[in-house]
Amino acid sequence: MEQANEQSILTVSSLHKQFPVYGSFGKLWGAKAYVNAVTDVSIQLYEGETYGLVGESGSGKSTTGRAILGLTPASQGNVLYRNRDVAAMSREEMRKFRKDVQLVFQDPFSSLNPRKRIGRMLEEPLIIHKMGDKAERQEQVFRILKTVGLQPEHAFRFPHEFSGGQRQRLGLARALIMNPKIIVCDEPVSALDVSIQSQILNMLKRLQQELKLTLLFITHDISVVRYISDRIGIMYLGKIMEEALTDDLFHEPLHPYTKALFSAVPDFNRSRLKERIILRGEIPSPISPPSGCVFHTRCPYATDVCKTDIPAVREVRPGHKVACHLVD
Amino acid sequence: MSKEPLLKVNNLKTHFHTERGVVTAVNGVSFSMNSGDIIGIVGESGSGKSVMSQSIMRLLDHTDAVEYEGEVIFEKENLLSLSQSRLRAIRGDQISMIFQDPLTSLSPVYTIGNQIGEAIRLHQKKSKKEAHQQAVEILRLTGIPSPEVRVNEYPHQLSGGMQQRAMIAMALSCEPRLLIADEPTTALDVTIQAQILELIADLNRKMGMGVLFITHDLGVVSEICTGVKVMYLGQIVEEAPTDQLFQTPLHPYTQGLIQSIPKLEGDRNEPLHVIEGTVPSLTDIPQGCGFSTRCPYADELCRTSEPPMRIATTEHRVKCWHYEAINELEGRETTVGTSK
Repeated sequence: MEQANEQSILTVSSLHKQFPVYGSFGKLWGAKAYVNAVTDVSIQLYEGETYGLVGESGSGKSTTGRAILGLTPASQGNVLYRNRDVAAMSREEMRKFRKDVQLVFQDPFSSLNPRKRIGRMLEEPLIIHKMGDKAERQEQVFRILKTVGLQPEHAFRFPHEFSGGQRQRLGLARALIMNPKIIVCDEPVSALDVSIQSQILNMLKRLQQELKLTLLFITHDISVVRYISDRIGIMYLGKIMEEALTDDLFHEPLHPYTKALFSAVPDFNRSRLKERIILRGEIPSPISPPSGCVFHTRCPYATDVCKTDIPAVREVRPGHKVACHLVD
Repeated sequence: MSKEPLLKVNNLKTHFHTERGVVTAVNGVSFSMNSGDIIGIVGESGSGKSVMSQSIMRLLDHTDAVEYEGEVIFEKENLLSLSQSRLRAIRGDQISMIFQDPLTSLSPVYTIGNQIGEAIRLHQKKSKKEAHQQAVEILRLTGIPSPEVRVNEYPHQLSGGMQQRAMIAMALSCEPRLLIADEPTTALDVTIQAQILELIADLNRKMGMGVLFITHDLGVVSEICTGVKVMYLGQIVEEAPTDQLFQTPLHPYTQGLIQSIPKLEGDRNEPLHVIEGTVPSLTDIPQGCGFSTRCPYADELCRTSEPPMRIATTEHRVKCWHYEAINELEGRETTVGTSK
């Protein structure tokens, strides 16, 4: 995909998010320490693309997604939607923003209200945003159910009557009914079996193309992100370590973390004798992240400069950014 | 080798009596494995893989509504007909188990060393001091850094990967002959998963125990297992040595599963393969072949009579009426797609 003639629909610039950790007297003595969930993350989403945000647990990928939606206010930095700062939006603008930017959750079991019929649930945002009269709304609900591969009669059922895959379709239907521009998908297929996962992924990819959606796809699954994304950002301990077009990234990962991450993925297509980088140790605590490059404690190539200097995110090839001292 | 297999499961069936009638979660599973083998049991949710492993350990006994059929022969004893006291002597000593979520399997109020020591002292005549010492050694074996310190810590002080290592240490403390691992890496990140898989394979080589590895992840199976059994609706539908299964999968379900997973190489613009429909409910198992409702090749025969386990090659068995015809049709595709 050529980016030159594409518009950036959403820009995240040097986003920081810290969560306070309180001591035994709660907020009385103030915060004891801070969890640095997201540190200096900048992302641009181009209209009509799928951006995959990959990371292990604790890497800050979900917090980034939530900050973009305005669900957790950023500590520093800002999010621009169509060149308007989300934090500075008026109530009316915010209403429009919430309509344009939708979210699909990981767990379809806990994100649907068990006491509401599906039709009612899907209709609710239309009522809130005062879209159409009763008949039109009903029509819209039936149409959206068809779009995600369900039947109109499903509108009269309750969530427990659906299987896991169907519930994820409902989660998507709820996001789509507002005719959004951007959908943030937070691990939408992680709870599903592979045979169901492929159904949902195919549908998501098809709908993205048909409806010209912009997707921010947050996941820990490397093979899923490769299939769905146009561009990928790799996060580690609250920072973007590498960002590139999907094919470039898989053809030549540059960051040592990306290389280790890719080689750790079990894959029956590769020969068994492949060279494997097994990282020692674990993700350090985000309360006191390592100095310099956050990855230096586990990096097999770390040098002295990595321990002291924070590597800047540099564009080393066209569209290929990496935060590492050792990559030229 | 003509020696006795380590574990022999004969036509195992596990029935649950529920309000909606009898549910047969495991429906006639037979296999055997030797010490030193790492056998992967693969299936989606509802395939009965976990119930099968728990039936081997008889962990479901506390629910009155469960009923077993068949035999599970371990060391010449049928585990299904043993007394509770004899079972307790075997569990944790000769057969141990590790679970998916270490935090719910470890007690939050005892130290790691205390919990491992308890397992040791239950089966071996050791003083508290000796058991503690042995706990440190076994923790060291699982690669926990500074085990002398960690042994006195509580589970919540350890990270997920470390907790799983502690679980493995506990399971291995009495040097079991058989280790049942039920999705041991599913809750872990890939870089940590790689560490744990390496650990299990390494311990298997060092201690020569048999490992029954239950997972939904075909990638994990290909990394670690020597043989694979694919389960669907409580039955084994295909079994083969790992390389053979991935190079020439014969059952349409196995083929579908393998093709459904997004690949790390090759074309990514092609839509993913899809197995239509969903896994049928166990209360409503289809007639004939269990997979016939989702199988693109199913015909009248498949819908009316259940296929037997058929022998494709000496080590490769498949429960399908039409596998020869299907693979003649698709043969080229499946071998080119997966061999390397």
